[in-house]
Amino acid sequence: MNPPRHSSPGAASLISVGLLVAVLLAVPSVASSYQTILLSYGLIMAIAALALNLLLGYTGLLSFGHSAYFGAAAYAVALTVKYLRVSAMEAFLAGGLVAGGVIAALFGFVCVRYTRIFFSILTLALSQVLYSLALKFFWVTGGTDGIRVPTPSLLGGVIRVPEDKVVFLAHDYYYYVLIVFLLCAGLVWLIVHSPFGKSLQAIRDNEVRAEFVGIRVRRHRWIAFVISGMLTGVAGALWAPLNGLATPDVLYWPFSGELVFMTVLGGFHSFAGPIVGAVAFNYLKTYAVGRTEYWQLLLGVVLVVLVLVMPDGIVGTAARLARGLRRAG
Amino acid sequence: MPLLAAEGLEKHFGDTRAVDGVDLAIDEKRLVSLVGSNGAGKTTLVNLITGLVRPDGGRIFFQGRDVTALPVYERIRSGIARSFQIVNLFDGLTGLDNVRLAVFSREGKIGHAASLAEGDPEARAEALEVLGEFGLGDKWDVKAGGLAQGERKLLDVAVAYALRPKLILLDEPTSGVGTREKSSIMDRIESVVRSHGLSAVIVEHDMDVVFRYSDRIVMMHEGRVLAEGPPNQIIRDERVAAILGRR
Amino acid sequence: MDIFVAQSLNALLYTADLFLIAGGLSLVFGVMRIVNLAHGNFFALGAFVMAWMVGRLAASVPPVFLLLLLPVAALAVAVVGMVIEPILLRPLYQRAEEYQLLLTFGLLLILEDVTRLIWGPTPLSASTLWSSFGSSSILGTDYPNYSLLVIAIGLVTAVLLWAFVYRTKFGVMLRATSQDRRMASALGINVGSVYVQAFALGCGMAGLAGAIIVPIQGAVLGMGVDALVLSFVVVVIGGLGSLEGALVGAFIVAVVRTLAITFFPELELAVLYLITALVLVTRPAGLFSRQ
Repeated sequence: MNPPRHSSPGAASLISVGLLVAVLLAVPSVASSYQTILLSYGLIMAIAALALNLLLGYTGLLSFGHSAYFGAAAYAVALTVKYLRVSAMEAFLAGGLVAGGVIAALFGFVCVRYTRIFFSILTLALSQVLYSLALKFFWVTGGTDGIRVPTPSLLGGVIRVPEDKVVFLAHDYYYYVLIVFLLCAGLVWLIVHSPFGKSLQAIRDNEVRAEFVGIRVRRHRWIAFVISGMLTGVAGALWAPLNGLATPDVLYWPFSGELVFMTVLGGFHSFAGPIVGAVAFNYLKTYAVGRTEYWQLLLGVVLVVLVLVMPDGIVGTAARLARGLRRAG
Repeated sequence: MPLLAAEGLEKHFGDTRAVDGVDLAIDEKRLVSLVGSNGAGKTTLVNLITGLVRPDGGRIFFQGRDVTALPVYERIRSGIARSFQIVNLFDGLTGLDNVRLAVFSREGKIGHAASLAEGDPEARAEALEVLGEFGLGDKWDVKAGGLAQGERKLLDVAVAYALRPKLILLDEPTSGVGTREKSSIMDRIESVVRSHGLSAVIVEHDMDVVFRYSDRIVMMHEGRVLAEGPPNQIIRDERVAAILGRR
Repeated sequence: MDIFVAQSLNALLYTADLFLIAGGLSLVFGVMRIVNLAHGNFFALGAFVMAWMVGRLAASVPPVFLLLLLPVAALAVAVVGMVIEPILLRPLYQRAEEYQLLLTFGLLLILEDVTRLIWGPTPLSASTLWSSFGSSSILGTDYPNYSLLVIAIGLVTAVLLWAFVYRTKFGVMLRATSQDRRMASALGINVGSVYVQAFALGCGMAGLAGAIIVPIQGAVLGMGVDALVLSFVVVVIGGLGSLEGALVGAFIVAVVRTLAITFFPELELAVLYLITALVLVTRPAGLFSRQ
């Protein structure tokens, strides 16, 4: 059997990306408000999944604590509104990025001393500090009720919220999310293909050898952790106004599990896998919640089957099938 | 001044004295073979010199500088590199990427996140050149995990070499391959080492290889240096013959 | 003085319960290198099964005999574990260990809804069991007898477990398999059988933890997911894979929690995580790690 060959993004990939972007741009014009807003959620989760996969697929670290950065950002946004009376999306994004980054820097410092299972356990345990804080300091965070997040103005106040909030969310806000998503995806793509990104993959493949190539393994892991936290924070900041509310459930650890689920669903061995997985999971969960009271059961079964039968995820399995067809044909 | 000087090195693992008071001096541009039976302490000595383990006693000097307390990445930066007995590569990356990482590291670019790895033609050219010197030029785009065993052993050395060290330590670079491949691998290694003026310490079991390529032979036994000298001297050493049971 | 005695006993109570859950988690990891994210759900399962049985039988059976339901609940949960291991976990042993986290998370989602499916969304209570034993005066303070019983059960179980792991033939096989699986297999030990039993034992411990605590705190949906976090904290402090570590870790967590509840409710978690951080800095793999 031929060993897998290295492939560089050719014209075909660029065209497909271009087509995809064109389709995404067209959505608000052709789809209903509900569908557009639903896709917005999918794109937001895709940013978080890309961030998670920077650690998982590329650095070999499975974090079960990313709810901390997502939730911290969401609450940072809510608290910015509540106490600073600021309502600009750019401020939200900045706040989310900083919140996610600072928490990730702190937690990452402890966690990157460990690998594999212990790393995962630690990320989970630490993330719950924030969850309990959110519940304990209910006079600040609103406890289980959460804090309201009003719709912000975009582009420094240039685009203001009109009377019809739904129209705003399904058009202006959707494009805003799309642009931020494309920027984040581009950033992650650049990082992953940079010397630093290669060093992460080296660390993933062989930690000892990475040391012996002169890579400062712990430092690079920590930097990846912080970048991942910042991007997840951006996702959380985009989510809060769309949801209208910052609630503790995005700090609760099963939400971290959902982020991992999405990433694995799409396939964590590829760049696009997490994007596909996040969007697919978003549709899957919405469908399940709408159909049955026991949607957790449904999702659980999907995950179990995924792990046992299709561990490469959607993109990975599709790629494998395509290779098989090419060889047969 | 020798390139590498080790004084009184000691390493214990529980009750076992893996390295028990070793003095060693390696000059520049020398190919030194480190031999001895299994458990003599050869790999531990290599691990001590390269920084994988800390000595329980003794000191290590590289180019006159005390490196005993330096972490691995600092030793790499000062000019020491190694390959591994059980091949240690980045299996998910191509041969090119494996070597190019070493190039980036040496050039201090390994932390650059805002530029494309492919966007550096000099690094790519250098990596391809190194691959060529090791006979792996046409396998540049094959993932390391997919190479044949002999190719993997060479790539392991190539990655270490791409760091352009002054001292390279190779742990059994020909183990696990057939006799014919052994010679071709050693030919390549010797050619690269000699033509670029490196010093090499090669842990080796195959005495034919050892006698053919070495400037000096250091024989270890039970954690200590039993004998050392040029091959023609070692051949006649009775203690060595007793251990080796031949020649 | 009253508060001191009562809270000290509460700390012991909490230690007993935490030890059983975290100990189960640690045991499974120690033997099989599996971390079961659904472990808390087995705790919940034990609680629900016990509460349900008590609810059914409380009217017709004297309280003392209801206590016999405790091992029944634990056994029921162990049986569930026995079924799950060969079907869901065995395929993963050859794979990277991260996959078990994914699969057991899926299991968690499934068990959460299965619990809801069987027993509905409203909490179940078994408080009749707790109240029917009255209270005793300990050093001048009134303390529920049932709680004393739980402390005793915790102690007895710890001793029994120790004896089981270190003094029985099965315990030897357990320890041999956890040390070196291939070696154990070469010595003729049926590793698959040891794994199933170890997993069942771990789940049974969690189930027992749920069963004994349910008369005190009731069975609520989501209790399993909550319980897992604390189990992890115990295991991080005490070391993953060690029963002694689970006991010491449980004690530390229980004491901190009790102190905090009494004096500084807001600081409860801060202190706990501070301790965790301290332990990690000084003994990176936990106090009694066996990694």
